[in-house]
Amino acid sequence: MIQLTINGQPQQFESAINVAQLIDLLDLHGKRIAIERNGEIVPRSLFSEQMLAHGDQLEVVVAVGGG
Amino acid sequence: MDNLVIAGKTYTSRLLVGTGKYKDFDETRAAVEMSGAEIITVAIRRTNIGQNAGEPNLLDVLPPSKYTLLPNTAGCYTVDDAVRTLRLARELLDGHSLVKLEVLGDPKTLYPNMVETLKAAEILIKEDFQVMVYTSDDPIIAKQLEDMGCVAVMPLASLIGSGMGILNPWNLQIIIDNASIPVLVDAGVGTASDATIAMELGCDGVLMNTAIAAATNPVLMASAMRKAVEAGREAYLAGRMAKKLYSASPSSPTEGIITPAQTGAPRSA
Repeated sequence: MIQLTINGQPQQFESAINVAQLIDLLDLHGKRIAIERNGEIVPRSLFSEQMLAHGDQLEVVVAVGGG
Repeated sequence: MDNLVIAGKTYTSRLLVGTGKYKDFDETRAAVEMSGAEIITVAIRRTNIGQNAGEPNLLDVLPPSKYTLLPNTAGCYTVDDAVRTLRLARELLDGHSLVKLEVLGDPKTLYPNMVETLKAAEILIKEDFQVMVYTSDDPIIAKQLEDMGCVAVMPLASLIGSGMGILNPWNLQIIIDNASIPVLVDAGVGTASDATIAMELGCDGVLMNTAIAAATNPVLMASAMRKAVEAGREAYLAGRMAKKLYSASPSSPTEGIITPAQTGAPRSA
């Protein structure tokens, strides 16, 4: 069991997962998003390589209307 | 052609618009299209996890293939938040490096914190971002931002969302006179005449959001703003006449005026 904090909310996961698996689990596959892990950008090309660790802080963002 | 060039890229429109505060995406798209803007600002925010999975995305409505998207740091009050937001934006937009930096100082006025803005600009420029920077209308700060390598300076006309128009045209004039990069008024425009005045002063462009989005009819206001920016630019290029309190020179010829009728003169029989 690992715990990740995603956009400020703690979430539990059964087993270790990578970023691409997380995106599928969050139903965000195919969406235009960007991800920061512990303050560092995770490039899209590394989504399926980068394993997430217990305690990771993730920010998942999209573009929205703004001035 | 009289084009706007920012960071080496040429634009025909000098009106830049934001995409916030619209009723829905249809209205956003209609207003943006009517404005003729080629550069549009977007904000970067946390996605709703586990909610609204089928919700349309702003980038589907305003695709990066059609517009130059200008991600902003609205809502950021620290260097760290602003820099992280724009790193995320660059990743989100496939390496796109043109950004709008704003570091706010106060939630009540949304006035920029220029100490933090200068620090953030330095970091972003080192990381090869092309920084269009929201600034106070201090001519010295504006010049420092240019010297650091910002690609455009964007002084406020008045506070964000205030619609108060151009409160200090003299400072804007000094910033414009000193600058060798584009100067765009960002924030404070309330109606079409404000945009025209900014352009007549010699601004290279105007960036606005609320003036269009908060109009009773945003799409019609977008049309008005497009014309206002064009009119102001043409008036600036044309070079206005000098102001004078009296004119000794009427517009119509002073020669050949008919003489006053002879009243009471005898008529011939």
